[in-house]
Amino acid sequence: MTENAIELVNITKTFGDVVANDCVNLTVKKGEILALLGENGSGKTTLVNMLSGIYFPDSGEIFVNGERAVIRSPIDAFSYGIGMVHQHLKLVDVFTAAENVVLGLKGGVCIDRKKLAVKIREIAEKYGFEIDPKKKIYDMAISEKQTVEIIKVLYRGANILILDEPTAVLTPQETEKFFDVLRKMKEDGKSIIIITHKLNEVLAISDRVAILRKGRSVGVVETRTATAQSLTEAMVGRSVSLSIERPEVPLTGDRLTVQELNCVDHEGVRVLKDVSFVLHGGEILGVAGVAGSGQRELCEALSGLQPIKSGHIYHNDGDFSEDIVGKSPFDIARMGIRSAFVPEDRLGMGLVAGMSMVDNMMLKNYHESKGLFVDRKKPRMVADELIKRLGIVTPNASTPVRRLSGGNVQKVLLGREINSNPSVLIAAYPVRGLDINSSYMIYDLLNEQKKKGVAVLYVGEDLDVLMQLCDRIIVMCGGAITGVVDPRAVTKEKIGELMMRHENDRSEEVAG
Amino acid sequence: MSDGIRKEPVPQESEAARAQQQEEDIRVREAIKTAELENVREHHRQAKAPLVRMVKRDDISRKKAVVIRLAAVVCALVTGGLLILALGHNPISVYAEMVVGSLGSTTVLQETIRNAIPLLITSMAVSLAFRMRFWNIGAEGQILAGAVAASYVALFLSESLGHVPSLLIMAVVAVVAGGLYGMIPAVFRAKWNTNETLFTLMLNYIALCFVKYLQNGPWRDPALNGFPKIAMFGSEARLPKLFGVNIGWIIALVLVVLVSIYLTRTKQGYEISVVGESSNTARYAGINVTKVMLRTMFISGALAGLVGFIQVSGADFTLSENTTGGVGFTAITVAWMSKLNPPVMLIVAFFIAMLTKGAGRIQTAFKIPASAANVLIGIILFFLLGCEFFINYKLVWRKKQTAGAPPKETAKEAVNNG
Repeated sequence: MTENAIELVNITKTFGDVVANDCVNLTVKKGEILALLGENGSGKTTLVNMLSGIYFPDSGEIFVNGERAVIRSPIDAFSYGIGMVHQHLKLVDVFTAAENVVLGLKGGVCIDRKKLAVKIREIAEKYGFEIDPKKKIYDMAISEKQTVEIIKVLYRGANILILDEPTAVLTPQETEKFFDVLRKMKEDGKSIIIITHKLNEVLAISDRVAILRKGRSVGVVETRTATAQSLTEAMVGRSVSLSIERPEVPLTGDRLTVQELNCVDHEGVRVLKDVSFVLHGGEILGVAGVAGSGQRELCEALSGLQPIKSGHIYHNDGDFSEDIVGKSPFDIARMGIRSAFVPEDRLGMGLVAGMSMVDNMMLKNYHESKGLFVDRKKPRMVADELIKRLGIVTPNASTPVRRLSGGNVQKVLLGREINSNPSVLIAAYPVRGLDINSSYMIYDLLNEQKKKGVAVLYVGEDLDVLMQLCDRIIVMCGGAITGVVDPRAVTKEKIGELMMRHENDRSEEVAG
Repeated sequence: MSDGIRKEPVPQESEAARAQQQEEDIRVREAIKTAELENVREHHRQAKAPLVRMVKRDDISRKKAVVIRLAAVVCALVTGGLLILALGHNPISVYAEMVVGSLGSTTVLQETIRNAIPLLITSMAVSLAFRMRFWNIGAEGQILAGAVAASYVALFLSESLGHVPSLLIMAVVAVVAGGLYGMIPAVFRAKWNTNETLFTLMLNYIALCFVKYLQNGPWRDPALNGFPKIAMFGSEARLPKLFGVNIGWIIALVLVVLVSIYLTRTKQGYEISVVGESSNTARYAGINVTKVMLRTMFISGALAGLVGFIQVSGADFTLSENTTGGVGFTAITVAWMSKLNPPVMLIVAFFIAMLTKGAGRIQTAFKIPASAANVLIGIILFFLLGCEFFINYKLVWRKKQTAGAPPKETAKEAVNNG
């Protein structure tokens, strides 16, 4: 009985009509790493949120160390020794690491910073973290911030750690280091629940894998006996091919020529540094890099949404060649440039969340109709056609897109952009948060565009996907391009190195 | 190997693990079936499940929403009744008097409608800005700006202009003045990203003090022997009446139709919605956010300016610091209660005008102090606005323990009980 750190018995949680967790049973043993696997919307996050006190189950029991536990709030969760590190880190930017660690804890009026620093260093040494307690959060790289989050949880005496997609923000090398830390925690008798989408990581780090599908637990396997293929099948519920097609398509000339592009943000920090590349028709050019390496700024600069300090962006189409620097998206559209952009923030930028599919279809061309009034006939036709062609699941074309699932939202957005018959298609993280089926549908759609001779720029985070899908990959770090590689001839480690190169260079400069 | 997932891992080396797994599975299954779980639940309930939880509703049926709103009205009347009882009156007769006093005769009905006109138009004015998420709480000031402009024409030009021309000119200058006054905060917001809430609020006081200055200084009526008031308008500058109420009510009804069409059918209305949802999306779509903001604030201010014109030429026949009567703020309540929907505003604005009129009536009929009558209005509005919470959320209470009866706790039931 007591060898189980956590037992969940028949946990059910519904949101309105949606059953997020349906009679889920799960055990986590002491000193084990359990991977929680499942597609988006399968209820992983809901489940762990009930452990960390954010949600309360509709029915079912939770046992911690064999004893019945009622977890009503995150404070309750801490009292049971459960600590969660969220996917989106929750730290106060202007505080130091140490201040963030003790934030919200009871204690005297003053913080004994010396004692605190000693204790934090102790924890760090024990598990092999590297941390400077006096460093401010805004000075930290994202991997350091994550370290602070984990130490925060450990400092509060957590024995059961829940990590929600911790490796999403890490390079392959950082992930390796991070896994060493996790192994040390495990040796120390801590139990860890890790949520991740990356199958190779599941296989590398976990002892057992629990798989959820549509809110139900479909099985628990020993990691030793599992393969990427078997896990995927369990997750999706049928056999799937994991390979991504990369059709060979003849190039149709330069579509986009970027020269010495420089951008600064509103605080004057350089976010793009001398970026130059050429994008050809009939290819998918991948952009790899740790999150926040300038990918968003690059995409927005190419679409006229980011102020540009210097450089040139030429859109070429046959004899036509125009520099779009200094032009607004409206100007660019009026110049006759057929550029499509699927932004990273789908509902906050690409679509109007509260509007129907019909109203979203006319977002970029509503002004083309004559007169004072909007014409909803054509967009309604487009919407109905897309629903049929892409299999978008929605009650009807008048439902606000906010109500659709993530995969369907992306189909609406990508569908609209493709429907504009673009010559350049920029897609930023188009499969982020999508289930496997939808992801493969997106890859197919992109390949279809490539075959039509469209120039596709694909910003991605999963190196495995980038290396299978793209014809070339540019690697970005700190706003600069650190390398252009052929995915057929490069290793993941090499790309990982390029993703880090710039930072290393800078630290050497500082040292020297 | 592409063999699927097995619940029990087979390979020999994990024999122990497998046995353990099976044992565990059996135990869990048993626990679910047998009384053990009942005990668990019993303990669980006795222990400390939260007494009540908030759960967001996904969607609510129209019927249920109506029931909730009706319940809110009943709660409001009961609570208000307690207040009236505490003041030593009979709640039923006081409520009856409120209705009679606001609707009971042609005279009071006309007065109620006259009060509803500025409220309705101002609600539409602010809701144009609100749809864009531009928090224009400066309708008071914009009304006064329009009123000052119209009054200038009325006081100094109308005699030589004649009736219809002077009214038309008054309307035009009021609209332009209100619109420009509304555009000031939008310009600052666009240029320097100032906070429009504070900005529009402060502009109210500037307009108000300017009116006081006019009243005490340059525009003071010399005929009143130093009494600080502006002269009454001549007949050329007064709005004609239809069915006993100034024709502002026709203007208001026409505007309800026009504003509805503007918001839902025109390109500009579409742009307002996009900017309101997300300015990033608007930029992405090639919409000039600054232009939309300036234009919409001009229209918003212009409608408020029109209210200023209707008030001075149709209701007060002069300009004073009480011209707005707080309409600019009450309109915010009306706008939100109507979910920024003009046809609904028609009903809500009339309802609020009725409440206000009725509250005035009970002051004289029952000698209830003005402040208590206002508290009564406050109570009614509190419940009507507060019930929105129950439309968006439901409360799930801790299950009551029923002795002997085995609790059948399913998710569905938990939902229904909420």
